[in-house]
Amino acid sequence: MMDVSLGHYLVVSAILLVLGVFGIFLNRKNIIVILMAIELILLSVNLNLVAFSAALNDLAGQVLAMLVLTVAAAEAAIGLAIVVIYFRNRGSIQVEDVNLMKG
Amino acid sequence: MIYALAIFAPLVGACIAGLLGRVIGDRGAMTASVAGMVVAAICGPLAFFQLVSGAAEPGVVHLGTWIEAGRFTVSWSLRYDTLSAVMVGMVSFVAMLIHVYSIGYMSHDPSRARFFAYLSLFTFAMLMLVTADNLLQLFFGWEGVGLCSYLLIGFWYDRPSACAAAIKAFVVNRVADLPFAVGLAMIFMTFGSIEFATILDPKLVAQHAKDTYSLFGCTFPALEVIGFLLFIGAMGKSAQLFLHVWLPDAMEGPTPVSALIHAATMVTAGVFLMARMSPVMELAPYALGFVTFIGASTALFAATIGCVQNDIKRVIAYSTCSQLGYMFVAAGVGAYQASVYHLITHAFFKALLFLSAGSVIHAMSDEQDIRKMGGLARLIPATCAVMWIGNLALAGIPPFAGFYSKDAIIEAAFAAHSAVGNYAFFCTVVAAFLTAFYSWRLLFMTFHGKSRADHHALEHAHESPYVMLMPLFVLALGAIVAGFATVNAFIGDGQAAFWAGAIWTHPDNHVLEHAHHVPTWVKILPIFTAVAGIALAWVMYIANPLLPVRLANSFRPIYLFLLNKWYFDELYNAIIVRPILCIARGFWKIGDEAMIDGVPNGLAELTAGTSRQTVKIQTGSLAVYAFVMLIGVVALIGLYMLVR
Amino acid sequence: MIPTILFYLFAAVLIGSATMVVSARNPVHSVLFLILAFFNAAALFLIAGAEFLAMTLVIVYVGAVAVLFLFVVMMLDIDFEELRSGFQRYLPVGGLVGAVLFVELLMVYGGWKLAPDAAKVALSPMPSNVSNTVALGRILYTDYVFLFQASGAVLLVAMIGAIVLTLRDRRTSRHQSIRVQTERNAADTLVMVPTALGVGVKAADIRRPIVAEPEPAHADHGHGDHGHGGHGHGH
Repeated sequence: MMDVSLGHYLVVSAILLVLGVFGIFLNRKNIIVILMAIELILLSVNLNLVAFSAALNDLAGQVLAMLVLTVAAAEAAIGLAIVVIYFRNRGSIQVEDVNLMKG
Repeated sequence: MIYALAIFAPLVGACIAGLLGRVIGDRGAMTASVAGMVVAAICGPLAFFQLVSGAAEPGVVHLGTWIEAGRFTVSWSLRYDTLSAVMVGMVSFVAMLIHVYSIGYMSHDPSRARFFAYLSLFTFAMLMLVTADNLLQLFFGWEGVGLCSYLLIGFWYDRPSACAAAIKAFVVNRVADLPFAVGLAMIFMTFGSIEFATILDPKLVAQHAKDTYSLFGCTFPALEVIGFLLFIGAMGKSAQLFLHVWLPDAMEGPTPVSALIHAATMVTAGVFLMARMSPVMELAPYALGFVTFIGASTALFAATIGCVQNDIKRVIAYSTCSQLGYMFVAAGVGAYQASVYHLITHAFFKALLFLSAGSVIHAMSDEQDIRKMGGLARLIPATCAVMWIGNLALAGIPPFAGFYSKDAIIEAAFAAHSAVGNYAFFCTVVAAFLTAFYSWRLLFMTFHGKSRADHHALEHAHESPYVMLMPLFVLALGAIVAGFATVNAFIGDGQAAFWAGAIWTHPDNHVLEHAHHVPTWVKILPIFTAVAGIALAWVMYIANPLLPVRLANSFRPIYLFLLNKWYFDELYNAIIVRPILCIARGFWKIGDEAMIDGVPNGLAELTAGTSRQTVKIQTGSLAVYAFVMLIGVVALIGLYMLVR
Repeated sequence: MIPTILFYLFAAVLIGSATMVVSARNPVHSVLFLILAFFNAAALFLIAGAEFLAMTLVIVYVGAVAVLFLFVVMMLDIDFEELRSGFQRYLPVGGLVGAVLFVELLMVYGGWKLAPDAAKVALSPMPSNVSNTVALGRILYTDYVFLFQASGAVLLVAMIGAIVLTLRDRRTSRHQSIRVQTERNAADTLVMVPTALGVGVKAADIRRPIVAEPEPAHADHGHGDHGHGGHGHGH
């Protein structure tokens, strides 16, 4: 077993990112899963930042991770609010049923 | 100064009548226009008599500069020599008479101011034409009379036939004006100037006699080419054989217009041009031969058609066409003096004929078909008398005016002793016979015999008012007297002193002298043929009125051929008008609509089409958008990595 | 040694629960797996030495965001969904895209080197004698105060936005409107009906006026349903 190095963290973060990306467009269930996938992506970014902060002995990474956290929370709130009203108006949150944005 | 006044007084009258006509009313416009013409009619003949009697010297009245462009300078100036002065005298006098006549004839017309303005403007343009001292000013007058002819033929513009006739006249004139302009350019190329002082100087012209002009590998003598081109211009203006198609249709205009423009002045501009350019034409024998040929053919051709026409004005129109042919015959054989002489006498009796025809039409409540007339001699005796006088002059019965001038031309054609001269002699003699025939046909069908007119028209038939009759009497006097009074001066022994170099003939050109010494049978042949024509007309229309109908039925194809003007209009329509319309339609539909409009329309269609296709990217589906976004991210990262 | 084992353990669970988040059939299961993922991520943060951030992750993400997700999932009454046929159609392309992304990331990580003087250009060097929380606190309110205030503003806007979006102002209580009551006049409430003597009101056909039922509020369909299943595929 090797020591845990920066590389390990980065690999984990990469896998999380890819999983989040998969979750966005391979998902056919509902929009909330998309939002959760976005949370996963943001989590992977946070992991990345913290790993670098530990490796470079720089606190800026953690400050930035905290700000990302804030924004992620805000975005989750608004996103869910939109889903709620959308459900109120359309009665469904199936991803395929969200097709009224035609230009 | 009297000379300049004679020429510009009609312009002043035209401007007042035209520009202020609305303000001063119809009567004011008429007064201004007629006043201008009276001034001109006094000054014009006065200037002529002054010149001829020796009280004034020939010269040039310089008015101002027009164009100064390097070597090319053109000025406004009035040429004061016999040819111009005699034309000015005739034009102003006859035009004044016609203006006075129009006061009566157009009394019921609502737009008299416009009519008189156009009439005076025309007179001014014609006077400019005959007094020009350079070819460009002559061309200015040339185009001016063409324009006024268009305006006056189409005077009653609410009639589609009048509008069509006006356009036809203008277009045919235009077709002829192109060779004229090319000839003008060639003169400038050959002589370096277009001033008459230069190009009509016989010595200077003789220096260029050997010049050649090459086109497409063939060389021609320059003067011959110039002669041809100028004559083609004259052909259009004077309605000679192939460019005659506009003259009969021009009868759509009011009768004073026909009298002024298509009898006395505009159509004679071509003859005047030939006489004016005599120094050049004399050195172009082939061109002169062509002139003779066309003139003779026209004389015969028009006379044949005039025999079967049924509109009173059309008969006289074809008669004009035929007489113009005579004038060109004279010019072609070298007897320019005779052609101008015939021009002057013809002006009097042809204007007389037209105006009296107008009087007849006025009396018959605008009926123009002679088949619906007859027996009017008792009802309108004055008109009948003057029309007889006019036709006697036309047929060439002595001692009327036409006898002297017409016979001079026939004798000159004989005296030319050339092949084309003999052809011209034959044509002119036959045409004299036919002229007498159709003139008396017209007289008999209109004034004599049993009346075929409508009852109402007969009831209203009345003699014209004095304002219309006075010009007729004056012109009749001219038709009687103008012959024997002036023959000596124009073509007789005093002609050299009279013309004083205004018309120049080659030293080898003795045709005028020889014409006086032709055999006796040649001298009496025209009178004999004229009397024979009158006799035949009497037989066919008084003695045996059914004879024309039977002849027409038995020779129906010939009759129809003549009645339809030798099918010239149909021929031109098929050969020229239809193809041009086809080409124009092609240019319109394909060139303009498809190609030129296609560019902006195509661009617009391209833009719209592209956007219509591009809009399909916007599916509106969330899943697709998310998908595309992620693919974009991946692509960007890939791109970044590739670049770095 | 121990940290290494713990790292692999937490990483494995993290990745496994992340996979389950996106592929669970029951949306409630998805949320629960998300919570598990957050916990494991917090543990990884602890291993990396960012304890304040790890605790914040648990409090904020798990305590607030995931709970919010759960609320919404419950409230919207979402049914179990059978996997639609479209899932399989996008799998090749989607898998390709994901694989490409993963390979790109690995390439970046593989080709990356730390500059020798990286330590000197550290933005905010980690002090070695204080705890992580104290160190963060020292720089957060001094060097990064603007960002801190901005994040506060972001949260304020998010809060206002969520309320504005979802507030349904339904008057469910009957209350008096004094103004209407005092403005009432006789013409609004009384009608004099003349009746014949001895006939009574029944013959005069006076009935209480029938008020029409208000229409039930429809959802606004906007451009109308374009039908299901036709869009979104085949692009």
